[in-house]
Amino acid sequence: MNASRDVVRFLLPVLVLAAGIALWELVVRVNGIQPYVLPGPSAVFQTLVADWPVLSESLGVTLLTTLEGFIAAAIGGVALALLFNQSKWLEYSLFPYAVILQVTPVIAIAPLLLIYLQQQTAVIVCAWIVAFFPVLSNTTLGLNSVDRNLAGLFQLYGASRLQTLRYLKLPAALPYILGGLRIAGGLSLIGAVVAEIAAGTAGAGSGLAFRIAESGYRLNIPRMFAALLLLSVAGIVIYGLLALISHLVLRRWHESALGKEN
Amino acid sequence: MAGPDLSAADNIAVSLGAVTKVYDNGVTALGPFDLDVKRGEFVSLLGPSGCGKSTALRLIAGLTTPSSGVVAVSHDESEARAGHAVGFVFQEPTLMPWARVRDNVRLPLKLAGMAAAEADQRIGEALAQVGLSDFADAYPRELSGGMKMRVSLARALVTRPDILLMDEPFAALDEITRFRLNNDLLELWRKLSMTVIFVTHSVFESVYLSQRVVVMSQRPGRINAEFRIETAEPRAEDFRMSAGYAGYCREVSTALLPAYSGVASA
Repeated sequence: MNASRDVVRFLLPVLVLAAGIALWELVVRVNGIQPYVLPGPSAVFQTLVADWPVLSESLGVTLLTTLEGFIAAAIGGVALALLFNQSKWLEYSLFPYAVILQVTPVIAIAPLLLIYLQQQTAVIVCAWIVAFFPVLSNTTLGLNSVDRNLAGLFQLYGASRLQTLRYLKLPAALPYILGGLRIAGGLSLIGAVVAEIAAGTAGAGSGLAFRIAESGYRLNIPRMFAALLLLSVAGIVIYGLLALISHLVLRRWHESALGKEN
Repeated sequence: MAGPDLSAADNIAVSLGAVTKVYDNGVTALGPFDLDVKRGEFVSLLGPSGCGKSTALRLIAGLTTPSSGVVAVSHDESEARAGHAVGFVFQEPTLMPWARVRDNVRLPLKLAGMAAAEADQRIGEALAQVGLSDFADAYPRELSGGMKMRVSLARALVTRPDILLMDEPFAALDEITRFRLNNDLLELWRKLSMTVIFVTHSVFESVYLSQRVVVMSQRPGRINAEFRIETAEPRAEDFRMSAGYAGYCREVSTALLPAYSGVASA
């Protein structure tokens, strides 16, 4: 790949970001807009520094929820896909409900969950509901995408179901599973935020989304922006980490992780 | 394996009796088809694309079951053959892209639960037989098409099969690579005294390799003609240039022609 093109690809979005921030600051200053209407980037940054003790604690809470929801979604999604793959009956019986869970907006489910479950559990369940489906559907796709001749080879050599699963289906599905996890990472953050907002209006919670809702009531607009910025960065880092893991796992053999010159 | 096993005494390795194969969509792919292959024989099934020759091979391998008729495969039970009796080489190399060459070749042994030490020794042996000892740790994507096919061959040989089934294994390779693999295959066949059933659509390849060429008709595949290719053994490149070879090729081509009648773009 061309090195100078890489630099340009990295540099261009950074330049756009810098220009955007500069323009934003300029508009705020020139028009003398008050911070409780629209704070400039510098005010947001000052708030981020000044409120860091509160915000960092909230960030930790939200990240922990996201992680728990993500792990539950990863394990649940892969396990369900494996079960479905082993038993068609199970798949036919349960798959429609997985779809229903996915298409029903989680923001509408969250208040109900908050009634029946403890708040912390409800938030994790929300993250799980939003995030498990891409893992399930991607893993299912991967398990069904096994090379027909390779499957024949395993049959020829008398492989058991477990051997076929372990040595053929799972490795073949790995790129798909990792793709599903990459989507699930961002979605579990969304699920956590949605549940926190739903819970926050009931007057409890301490995650970043709760801080946003709380700051909204107090017209502390700079803090809303600061919390939003943190959420955004958290989402980017989660995606980047999962993409990196995917690359490291697949780099020796899968097309998606190979350089273009190959 | 469908049907009764043949007794080792009658010296027949594979026997198909009035075998037909009808697919779920109603297409009759094969037959009725009769074929006996002697132990140690090298037989080619030659025919146009879609004539059912691959189906015949998959039936013998037990990868699919016949709609009617009997498929019988006899195994050499002697000590030296300990392992899986049938080796199969597909048209594509069919390697696991996530596994190194060594682990691709190991697959049949691992599935059979062989101890690692013995498996390692067999893998080394099989890779040496196909001339890939130096590439044991490579990944499939790092190899050329011909080398991938050699890995596929090594994987089939690692169980020391007494019957080797090959489904147009060299069809996708360039001619020089194909010639070299032809010669290597003949040498392995002589050395390991296996029964080889080789599916191809190349007249030249079938005549060069086989003791017997079975020419098949269009779908549903039946036997149109059979030729014994008799020449001084062991064969080598000079056979490819000989008048005898050209004569056989002409005869086999003529027998193959009716199979292409009615095929729009032959």
